[in-house]
Amino acid sequence: MDAHNFERLDNPLFFTRERTDPSAGLPEPGQDGLRPTGAALTPPLSPSELERGERLLYRLAEFGHLLWESGIEVGPQQLLDLAETLNEIDITNPGDFYYTLKCSLLTRHEQETLFDQLFNYYWLTRDRQDRPPDPGPTRRDDRQIRLPPSERKRLAEHLNADNQQRELRMGERESERRRLLDEQAGEPEDEQAPPQGTAYSALELLRKKDFESFTWEEVQEAKRLMAEMRWNLGLRPTRRKRPVRKGDYPDMRRIVRRNLKYGAELLELTWRENKEKPRPLVIICDISGSMSLYSRLLLHFIHTVSNGLLNVEAFVFGTRLTRITRQLKRRDVDDAVREVSRTVQDWSGGTRIGEALHTFNQQWARRVLGRGAVVLIISDGWDRGDASLLRAEMDRLQHSCHRLIWLNPLLGSPDYRPLTIGMKTALPYIDDFLPAHNLDSLIHLGKLLERIDDRRPTRTPATRREAVKAWNRPTP
Amino acid sequence: MFARRYVADRSLATAVFLALKRRKPLLLEGEPGVGKTEVAKVLADLLETRLIRLQCYEGIDISTAVYEWNYTRQMLYIRLMEASGATRQEELKEIFGPDFLIKRPLLQAIDPANAKAPVLLIDELDRSDEEFEAYLLELLSDFQITIPEIGTIAAKEPPIVVITSNRTREIHDALRRRCLYYWIDYPTLEKEYSIVLARMPEAPEWLAKQVCAFVRELRALDLFKAPGVAETLDWIASLLALNQLELVEGTVRDTLGALLKYQDDVLKVGGSNLGKLLEKARNVSS
Repeated sequence: MDAHNFERLDNPLFFTRERTDPSAGLPEPGQDGLRPTGAALTPPLSPSELERGERLLYRLAEFGHLLWESGIEVGPQQLLDLAETLNEIDITNPGDFYYTLKCSLLTRHEQETLFDQLFNYYWLTRDRQDRPPDPGPTRRDDRQIRLPPSERKRLAEHLNADNQQRELRMGERESERRRLLDEQAGEPEDEQAPPQGTAYSALELLRKKDFESFTWEEVQEAKRLMAEMRWNLGLRPTRRKRPVRKGDYPDMRRIVRRNLKYGAELLELTWRENKEKPRPLVIICDISGSMSLYSRLLLHFIHTVSNGLLNVEAFVFGTRLTRITRQLKRRDVDDAVREVSRTVQDWSGGTRIGEALHTFNQQWARRVLGRGAVVLIISDGWDRGDASLLRAEMDRLQHSCHRLIWLNPLLGSPDYRPLTIGMKTALPYIDDFLPAHNLDSLIHLGKLLERIDDRRPTRTPATRREAVKAWNRPTP
Repeated sequence: MFARRYVADRSLATAVFLALKRRKPLLLEGEPGVGKTEVAKVLADLLETRLIRLQCYEGIDISTAVYEWNYTRQMLYIRLMEASGATRQEELKEIFGPDFLIKRPLLQAIDPANAKAPVLLIDELDRSDEEFEAYLLELLSDFQITIPEIGTIAAKEPPIVVITSNRTREIHDALRRRCLYYWIDYPTLEKEYSIVLARMPEAPEWLAKQVCAFVRELRALDLFKAPGVAETLDWIASLLALNQLELVEGTVRDTLGALLKYQDDVLKVGGSNLGKLLEKARNVSS
């Protein structure tokens, strides 16, 4: 950056500590659910107000840091760029200042509300500590952040502790519920039959053991094993070409160059063919109370999968759907899982599969299901929501993905039958219904994923009826 | 921008202004049909410069986006040279020269021969694959392209770049950070009304008001694909074609296809509550 830019930036800025009337002052972004429009802006401030300002460059850096801490990842280059950009506008016009910061620093629509709140907090309300806090926004999304980061951290920790306690309670309640279910299905109490034969190594035992009955040490061991698993997804041809010795399309650019030495005769031919790429994988995992015995380990599983494969999108749901793809990008499993549980608000609560899938279909399907994606739903099918909604959403989901796989931890028991309303409703729309209760079942899943080819499974009403029948038939 | 029949509010105007001043690419995201592509068109019109459009698709590569050699001409030329008995050296030099180069949109955009910086519209970048996006990253940072046989071609005047995305895939952070970002939302009732008036001056005001109000009601419903501004304009055009001066339930039902593109949505809206929706729309617009 040139020296003259600094000169300009060293000017004191108008964002002052005090303001007599907030309603007549700067736009309060997001307060009425609207972005401020030109009409709401006030004329530039007077010189006396300017004097009370702080140095702009410092404040910009500080604001950038605040954004970074809150998850809007602002790079130093962006800040430098912004500092230069501010030369182009009249920074004493609050609206323009806000718009400029926004289009320079914000890069995703999802973070818009958060950005507005942070802007509001940093540039407008932070310096007015003596003022009573805002009466509170009316919109639901605005609730997330009005607190300084330190406060938020404390709050998050507090909420987390609360969640953990609730989870413990839910765990107890769950075993109770499971017993009821078992009785309903006419199952014997003891479903953990010891493996047949005698020559099992400890490792093999671990692979067959239900996650539900894992001890702490076994969990650690399982995590280690999962980290060692390698995941490959079926390939699909893309429209991008690559040169090969013998292929489907002539590679004209190379042919002309190679054959120059022969004059105008084309003697050597080279070819191109379609490049192949792994399919995208979308995981939608149930973390409601009934899944709590499995969900932490399954999160580890999702983490290894998403770090081992190129293109994985992950979501969790209880009563609402949360995208956790970004949180899982952290390399360390425990960090990632901690980050997820910090983000997810409905850990170990109720289940609303229908609503969650509705949100997914509305907001995410178009964005993550392109290019022949494979969808993995992990849930036990305990649903308190609306069955007709679930049916419609499953239908839509199956139509928009290449393969729909449902993993159910309860399926580990040989006598399991899909009797819950949720599972019954969803079953006709599932291409593969698989267990996910132990390491073996995950290994099995890995093998299935590798085998997925270009053929879509047949999905006619008849095949659907057939699949449901097959699952309801009593075991011989 | 109003003069060019585009209704932009101050926030978008600021983003466009900065994109022009700082010569940074402008990344526009938003639901389909809210006027992202239109921004580039209007911009080119406004600056009285050329609009170069690159429509992205899966598998788009250098030969379709940047440049390609004209093979047929190259081979014919070699034959011609052979017939006239010229030496090899000359041939080689010439057939990989500018005469045989087919310039695709990106090369056109940075052509040093451009007298005025053109507007380069990279449309629906989310449809291309990651490899192409990575290539673009390099191009957009220094506005130059290297062709092995010719050398480096650099723009004298960097083009004004507008990138649009429908978010069918996430655009990479690295690209996002190099751009000014703007999310185009569905317009407010007033804004949509002025868009309709600007675009369709022949539409009666009363009808325009009703249409905007009705479309707004639709967007509030939980539809799979809410109608965009493009659909609103389409719908008005169809209503005008049918000589409608007011929204009548029967006609609305028959023309819903101009607004809604999914059968589920048509069923949801066309059901028993259509009358109520129309009533509401009439009340808002009166």
